[in-house]
Amino acid sequence: MATHLIFAEHEHNTLKRSTLSAISAAKKIGGDIYGVVLGHGAKKVADELAQYCSKVHLCDHEGLAHRLAQPYAKIVSDVAKFSGASHLWAAATVAGKDLFPRVAIRLNAGMASDIQSVINESSFIRPVWAGDLISEIELLTPIKVITVRVSEFAPCDKNSTSGQVIPFDVSLGSSHMRFVSFDAVSSSRPELSDASIVIAGGRGLKGPEGFKELIEPLADRLGAAIGASRAVCDAGWVPNDWQVGQTGKVVAPKLYIAIGISGAIQHVAGMKGSKVIVAINKDPEAPIFQIADYGLVADAFKAVPELIESLSRL
Amino acid sequence: MKILVTVKRVTDYEAKLKVSLDGSDIIREGVNMIMNPFDEIAVEEALRLQEKHGGEIVVLSIGNKDSETQMRAAMAMGVDRGILVETNLNISQHLDSSFAAKIIHKIIVKEAPDLVLMGKQSIDDDNHQTAEMVAELWGVGQASQANTVTIKGREAIVIREADGGLETLSIDLPCVISADLRLNEPRYAPLPGIMKAKKKPLDFIQLGDLGIEHKQQVKLNRLVHPVSRKSGQRVSSVTELMTKLKNEAKVI
Repeated sequence: MATHLIFAEHEHNTLKRSTLSAISAAKKIGGDIYGVVLGHGAKKVADELAQYCSKVHLCDHEGLAHRLAQPYAKIVSDVAKFSGASHLWAAATVAGKDLFPRVAIRLNAGMASDIQSVINESSFIRPVWAGDLISEIELLTPIKVITVRVSEFAPCDKNSTSGQVIPFDVSLGSSHMRFVSFDAVSSSRPELSDASIVIAGGRGLKGPEGFKELIEPLADRLGAAIGASRAVCDAGWVPNDWQVGQTGKVVAPKLYIAIGISGAIQHVAGMKGSKVIVAINKDPEAPIFQIADYGLVADAFKAVPELIESLSRL
Repeated sequence: MKILVTVKRVTDYEAKLKVSLDGSDIIREGVNMIMNPFDEIAVEEALRLQEKHGGEIVVLSIGNKDSETQMRAAMAMGVDRGILVETNLNISQHLDSSFAAKIIHKIIVKEAPDLVLMGKQSIDDDNHQTAEMVAELWGVGQASQANTVTIKGREAIVIREADGGLETLSIDLPCVISADLRLNEPRYAPLPGIMKAKKKPLDFIQLGDLGIEHKQQVKLNRLVHPVSRKSGQRVSSVTELMTKLKNEAKVI
């Protein structure tokens, strides 16, 4: 039977919800679900995780106060060996992507990144070519290392009884990296990659003012994140990290509203996994309409204020 | 300072791709190939570091002879020389990330660079694994998804794109850094650079000669096109759009 080890991500001493999506993915296979928490003074996180797992290995050490890939990889693989894990799971967040390839090497394990569904205990479905194609891959190794696309797995529910929290005897390896600082993005808007609504703008907005006057108020009204086409990022109208597309961020929100975006392949690759796509564009021939669930041929400067207005009446 | 930078030949992000009949690969005939965009950013960063600190830049690629085109492109940007680990294996099918990482590590042991710069992922397989795997095999520190790189003595100060903000790390050299989108904007190769690139040294090494033991860990069983989206409906007004989003799609 499979034994799953879930890597817990946490922040400000609170378990991140993305970890619960990783557990949901593991549950598709069945077997024991164990958790592993690394940190310093992280008992509270371990207790929280124990509500979802039958056992939690708590690795509490001052050398683990910051999430650094090199020391973390050693400890996670130590715990994996100790617990006899057959599957290791993490959310495909920046942290999961940074850490798990190193863990896979240490365990001589095949790795599946950013999976969107589970076929069986060794086969998974994951997007390739920025979601242009889908691949079915099989991990041929006894131990399997997997990261999970959070938007594809709903967070799991709590178990009826809490599992045990077991302190793990940490022995740090050598580390050549040190944490210096963290600058949190001070934005009241959700993060682009895990927002449930994304409002994206393109050339049709005519300039940075178009974003200020139309996209930002609409996004704030809907509690949405803001995205943009490559063209407007390259033109410097908006920050580069707003870019949605093959060379930018890949998003899959519940609702994606593309405003003044023509729909170049590059852009579409980054957003076509969205549940519902709305396109507003002046040009009735714009390719974005071919993939939009709802298309409105209209001038953004007229339609968006109307949209904000009618939202405020909801 | 000696920098090793890796480059992968990938399909153009503008290309319309079709899966072959048996689902084992894409149809590659007639598809334009480019340097992986994240690798291009890594090459640019190597050049900028060389401008500040001097030293040599070596570009490394794994693939068939065609990869020479992308390596010459890196040389045209300014890279000094290249190493192509030649293989006719279909990379998507038979060369999993850990195999690629072992190959790169083998070359690292030979070349002993101070820094290895790589793209954070290739835009075909989208694995985002190799750079981190190389760092682990090499037993060094890493900064993935770099936004800013500064070298101070034997230390790299790297600002990286993290969830919800920017994280700054200090890492001992040698180390592995993977490039994210915002790290820089790659230069266009100048015409004299393109001329010079043709004459820069490029070593061909046969994969078999590296003596790497690797049992395939990840197997590609099938490629498919995602269920294509139904071409949706046109709405005639904002009011109609709102009604549909509320009552039909139930997303607001």
